[in-house]
Amino acid sequence: MILRALFTRLFAHLDGPLVGLLALLLLLGSSVVYSASGENPAKLASHFLNMSVALGAMLLVSHIPPQRLMQFALPAYAVGLILLLGVALFGIVVNGSRRWLELGVTRIQPSELMRLAVPMMLAWYLHYKQETLRARDFAIAGLLLALPVGFIAKQPDLGTSLLITASGFYVLFLGGLSWKVIIGAAVAAGAALPVAWNYLLHDYQQKRVLTLIDPSSDPLGAGYHIIQSTIAVGSGGVAGKGWMSGTQTHLDFLPERSTDFIFAVYSEEFGLIGNLFLLLLYAAIIWRGLMLASGAPSLFGRLFAGAIVLTFATYAFVNMGMVSGILPVVGVPLPLVSYGGTSMVTVLVGFGIVMSLVTHKKLVKT
Amino acid sequence: MSGLRLINPEVEFLRYRRRMEIAGVVAALLFLTLFARSFWLQVIQYDHYHALAESNRISLVPAPPSRGVIYDRRGEVLAQNFSAYTLEITPAKAGKLEDILNQLSQVVSIDTSDRKRFKRLLAESKNFESIPIRNRLSEEEVARFTVNRYRFPGVEVKARLFRQYPYGEIFSHVVGYIGRVGQRDLDRLEADEQLANYRGTDYIGKLGIEASYEAWLHGRTGIEKVETDSSGRAVRLLSRTAPVSGHNLYLHIDAKLQQVAEKVFGDYRGALVALDPRNGGVLALVSKPGFDPNLFVDGIDSATWRELNDAYERPLINRALRGVYPPGSTIKPFMGLAGMELGVRNPGDTISDPGYFTLSGSSHRYRDWKKDGHGMVDLKRSITISCDTYYYGLAHQMGIERMAGFLAQFGFGQKSGVDLDGELSGLLPTPEWKQRRFKQPWWPGETVIAGIGQGYVLATPMQLAVATMAIANNGVVYKPQLIRAWRDPSSGLLSNAAPQILRHIPLKPEFLRLVKEAMVDVTLPGGTASAAGANAPYQFAGKTGTAQVVGIRQGEKYDASRVSARNRDHALFIAFAPADDPKIVLAVMVENGGHGGSTAAPVARKVIDYWLLGKLPKVYAPVEPGAATPEEEVEDAGPADETVTPVVQGAAQ
Repeated sequence: MILRALFTRLFAHLDGPLVGLLALLLLLGSSVVYSASGENPAKLASHFLNMSVALGAMLLVSHIPPQRLMQFALPAYAVGLILLLGVALFGIVVNGSRRWLELGVTRIQPSELMRLAVPMMLAWYLHYKQETLRARDFAIAGLLLALPVGFIAKQPDLGTSLLITASGFYVLFLGGLSWKVIIGAAVAAGAALPVAWNYLLHDYQQKRVLTLIDPSSDPLGAGYHIIQSTIAVGSGGVAGKGWMSGTQTHLDFLPERSTDFIFAVYSEEFGLIGNLFLLLLYAAIIWRGLMLASGAPSLFGRLFAGAIVLTFATYAFVNMGMVSGILPVVGVPLPLVSYGGTSMVTVLVGFGIVMSLVTHKKLVKT
Repeated sequence: MSGLRLINPEVEFLRYRRRMEIAGVVAALLFLTLFARSFWLQVIQYDHYHALAESNRISLVPAPPSRGVIYDRRGEVLAQNFSAYTLEITPAKAGKLEDILNQLSQVVSIDTSDRKRFKRLLAESKNFESIPIRNRLSEEEVARFTVNRYRFPGVEVKARLFRQYPYGEIFSHVVGYIGRVGQRDLDRLEADEQLANYRGTDYIGKLGIEASYEAWLHGRTGIEKVETDSSGRAVRLLSRTAPVSGHNLYLHIDAKLQQVAEKVFGDYRGALVALDPRNGGVLALVSKPGFDPNLFVDGIDSATWRELNDAYERPLINRALRGVYPPGSTIKPFMGLAGMELGVRNPGDTISDPGYFTLSGSSHRYRDWKKDGHGMVDLKRSITISCDTYYYGLAHQMGIERMAGFLAQFGFGQKSGVDLDGELSGLLPTPEWKQRRFKQPWWPGETVIAGIGQGYVLATPMQLAVATMAIANNGVVYKPQLIRAWRDPSSGLLSNAAPQILRHIPLKPEFLRLVKEAMVDVTLPGGTASAAGANAPYQFAGKTGTAQVVGIRQGEKYDASRVSARNRDHALFIAFAPADDPKIVLAVMVENGGHGGSTAAPVARKVIDYWLLGKLPKVYAPVEPGAATPEEEVEDAGPADETVTPVVQGAAQ
């Protein structure tokens, strides 16, 4: 009886349907990782370890009450910004990008922290100003978004800066940002595109976009990833080649097949039917996530949870779009499927927050 | 004022819901796009991508066939294959070649000639082909390399079939050799649509039988369908079409006879062609000196190649097919037949030979080799004693055009069609030819000297043998053939090469008999080859000849010790035996041998002795070509038994 009570209490802040869907996705992901690793049990074990850690973190985070989270918003954002400043000044350069900060014992990548800190900060700000929300507040919120994004874009890390922009934008959008501003910004961005192309984008970034348009221009270099992954996807056909039977995967033609390009492995082995299933699974998670988000008791909760779920959707779309050759190659893993601990922890902590934000209302009310 | 508007949670929440719905719809549209893309790739474009994935996965690896073996008429192996290990480098996969070679040389021995050959092959080949750096590794070297293999990416030990010529130099001009496929070979293969069949084949016939029967010897390349990973490593075999080995060839050549012929030449340069008059089979084909064809198989290094190519003995030239010499007096039996057949001479007609011949209206004397003349000479005797004066007059009377027309029936001036590449056609001159070639008219004097096989007349030893066969066979000329039979590797069936009759020259039997008798008399006491014919237990028919060497060839370095020896006349001898039932026909040419009777005829005798009697020659002691001093050589310029009058300048103009 005590044990049962303990369990009830432990899982009190989880949402059953969402956790069920996430578990299904994680299991599917594990089977693909196993195939992509060339039936390597050690890699699968390590994948499960990552998963346990991430699920533990999710469980833990689900217990944090929204009030506490709101208290974190400003300090986390401020610390993140200071660290980004530190990166800009003292950061170490790896592969031509200044993204890491050496802290003696370890090095950290502050932009990772900002993935959650930025939408949290914006949600908090709009929540804080909700009584007197005016256009000026959105402008300030926009500035709060632009500051870290600017630092990250400068590192340069275009992918992360765009995705953080997206997550910040979702907060503003859900918070009621005027359509005039949205359309105006879109037009301005469109107009600025040629300028950005020539002055802001680095050579390698330009090359990635150009390679997307014509992968055969560089078949052994930048185009190789795209060519081989579209071959993998296309050759999967309707029913796929069968689990563990993808030739592109198992004969080593697919690069980064257990991380960023794992969708190609999945598509090759499970075909169109498998893709339909995966897309529906993602859609269900997003649907459930958005349903939960809209049920959050506070504006902070609704905005933050909504942004987390939409960001998750964005990651999934960008990754699959890149692997199937409709988006340029950016280093984004397929959430909850790709091998790799950091991404899994970030995503599941996000869902932990979502569930915390929506399940604590009952407790607040009573 | 809107700034102080009252919060209406209902309105605010509805707006949030609406925004969320919009976001949801956008997300749904984007996911639909992904599905559409997936449908495009996996359903509409499936065939395209499936094909691409298959071509990634499957590579077709050629399985080269094993080359046919070449045997002599008794089954002696003249060319065969053996398997050996080679060490090969694929430059595209290896790193810096110089470093790799240096490190490799610490594991297996690599000498400078290996390096040189490698560099040459590297320059000729494409980057992704594997190029041998060392051939014929010992077992120990293979083991040593295998242990160190991890240090050398792109370097591999491969088991390959190599060609070997057990007789080495002796068959160099018959069997020839194979060498690495070069650009010219590739061009030819492409023209013949044979390129696909040569995928995986590194060697191709370059000379001799190896070249002329390349299509038969090569076989058909098989194909292995192999699943490979992205680095090109074969993962498993999917299917295999076995290669079909090349045909095994059986030649008319008799290895023993060839060796005897080669041996009896001693240190002389020269050529010998032995034919079987009953079918045209080539029993022996010697061109001395030869070279070791095994040198070419591994890819000959340039120093050795230059040495062979520049040597004054010209070992790379097949004298039997490509050596053109004035036939000298060996032309006389054919001229005799011409005289009788054309009605210019009756067998009994005699001339009185004063030792020279003059054209009317000219005081120029065309000299007989015998200064005081032969006295009364009829046709039979003119052959036996090789009377020049008789043929000066005969040729003049016959005229060059009729002469050329008649001799052409015997194959002079045209290729014999023997199944070896590179044969030259010699020359049977006509006024028309001279006009075309030199833009000059024909002079009567040129007809006179053509009558004794001098002047412009040129023939190869092969042509002389074929012409002799025509007499031995009573006018029937077979195409000379090296190939006797071949065995189909898949059916195991042995097929015989049919003899091919080139033509049947209509000759009166009594004229033929007369000429044959005269040729037998040549080897009997009183004839010009009586010494060589002494005590022959069979009827030995022959005719001596001496071909004059004119000066030093152009571009040749003057070498005092050689010049005189090289100015000596070439000795010629044509023969067949037994005269009443010929089983072998011979043409022998000994370069700078001096006189046909004393140098070439004994060679023929010994070869025929072996062929008809199985008698192996005693150690043959030839006249040492370089032994005589220059002074003696000059005096020796006039042969003792017959002399050919030099081309007289006055007569030629």
